[in-house]
Amino acid sequence: MKTYEEINEKIAAGKAVVLTADEIIDYVDKNGLETAAKEVDVVTTATFGPMCSSGCFLNFGHSKPKMRITEAWLDDVPAYAGVAAVDVYLGATQLRYNDPANLYHPGEFRFGGGHVMEKLVAGKKIQLFGLSYGTDDYPRREIRTWIDINDLNQAIMVNPRNCYQNYNVAVNCSEKEIYTYLGYLKPGMKNLTYCSATQLSPLLNDPFYMTIGIGTRIWIAGAHGHVYAEGTQHAPSCKRGENDVPMGGSGTLALTGDMKRMQPEFVRGVSLRGYGVSLAVGVGIPIPILNEAILKYTTVRDREILAPVVDYATDYPEATGKVLGYLNYEELKSGEVTFMDKEVKAGSLSSYAGALEIAEILKAEINDGRFLLSSPMAPLVREQSMKPLVIRENK
Amino acid sequence: MPTRKLLLYFSKCETEKPIVYRLVKDYNLMINIFRAKVTPDEEGYLVLDVAGTDEDINNGLEYVKSFGVTVNETLKGVRWDSVKCTSCGNCIPRCPTGALYYPDKHALKVDFDPTQCIECLNCIKNCPFDACRSLF
Repeated sequence: MKTYEEINEKIAAGKAVVLTADEIIDYVDKNGLETAAKEVDVVTTATFGPMCSSGCFLNFGHSKPKMRITEAWLDDVPAYAGVAAVDVYLGATQLRYNDPANLYHPGEFRFGGGHVMEKLVAGKKIQLFGLSYGTDDYPRREIRTWIDINDLNQAIMVNPRNCYQNYNVAVNCSEKEIYTYLGYLKPGMKNLTYCSATQLSPLLNDPFYMTIGIGTRIWIAGAHGHVYAEGTQHAPSCKRGENDVPMGGSGTLALTGDMKRMQPEFVRGVSLRGYGVSLAVGVGIPIPILNEAILKYTTVRDREILAPVVDYATDYPEATGKVLGYLNYEELKSGEVTFMDKEVKAGSLSSYAGALEIAEILKAEINDGRFLLSSPMAPLVREQSMKPLVIRENK
Repeated sequence: MPTRKLLLYFSKCETEKPIVYRLVKDYNLMINIFRAKVTPDEEGYLVLDVAGTDEDINNGLEYVKSFGVTVNETLKGVRWDSVKCTSCGNCIPRCPTGALYYPDKHALKVDFDPTQCIECLNCIKNCPFDACRSLF
């Protein structure tokens, strides 16, 4: 029906019809699939929630005299220095040196790698402390200086795993309170947490990866980045509904973008009491409406997306794989659900309001001709399961 | 009966006087203390509801102010930073009074109504983005 080239020509001419994944639902209801597929060129999807697997590669440039940094701390958060002389990798979940962690449970985890990344994007100064053993060509053995993102040659964000297609709903069936990466859970299943951009979420709108693949250009916290690989734990071979939407984690994307072009409100350090630190990054992905089948998938709505409810007191930590049941996102977003004959208060960790804002920003950028679509260089794998880690005896 | 939520700030010296007792006894006010941190020889804070006739409340407040206590009717002990808040919504089920809430059930953007806040501090312990803070 349409090609990427045709859609890009319309975008460049300022004539593309763009709707958010939220708006497309009513639009197709009103106009019918066939007409809508002809009229609509792009549907924008988005997500803005904590995603642990994030980090960045930083290049500091060379000091005088030069130094081959072997250990590095940024605002006292250790960074991995085994990259090159003045390159490091900073991980979002890295705790600050001397953080008491869960020594006094539940720990507060106020500052870590994700917070350093937030400060960098916000243009704030951070402290670099580095050590080395010294070599003939890199004699300096210690450095302490203050830098901001403009001092860096490169600051490239990488998210080896982002945009989880769907996700668990966490509950606590035990008798004592627990603290998890899905927040505080009261005993006796009094509350639950879900974490998804639901009907706006990129991979819920493209369940079999017909348009989102390796090389797809994306909006990442304001920068224009791309999908560089399948995400870690990408496991699309899972239980799916009649609408092909996964009923569990399923697919993931590996993303990258230039932090120098990012906006601080969409790169946010996360502190999860009793668990640790993380990072929330806002992501927007356009879906080109090449045909009716692609459009049909983008009309998925909250009540048609089911999420598995998992007990984070026993089944999750013990990896039993047990699912207590399923809830749809319309019920979850209402704030209170009835599950297993109990009234359960529902809370979220992913920002729907933030995702909606990003979907609108991306829509505006496409409408203004500032964001062109790219066809993937390679598709994402559609059949693949997640392997467990086997603990073997060394014989 | 009019009820006003107040934040009282005590500078160092006034903490040994039974101010709340006097408000009840001499000014006929009903007092509901949400949160207090009043330590001898240090500054102190008191967040409370006072209920009574307008005249009694005003007279009571004049009495309190005569000790140099600052009475604030707009500033609350719990602050919510709308810029830091990402509207993840994790606070909503933990807020017992609906002070943190969604004004629009479709947009799901979090807002804070300080008049509903009873300063239980659940949100401060809970917020992953450090958007909720306490003045004391």
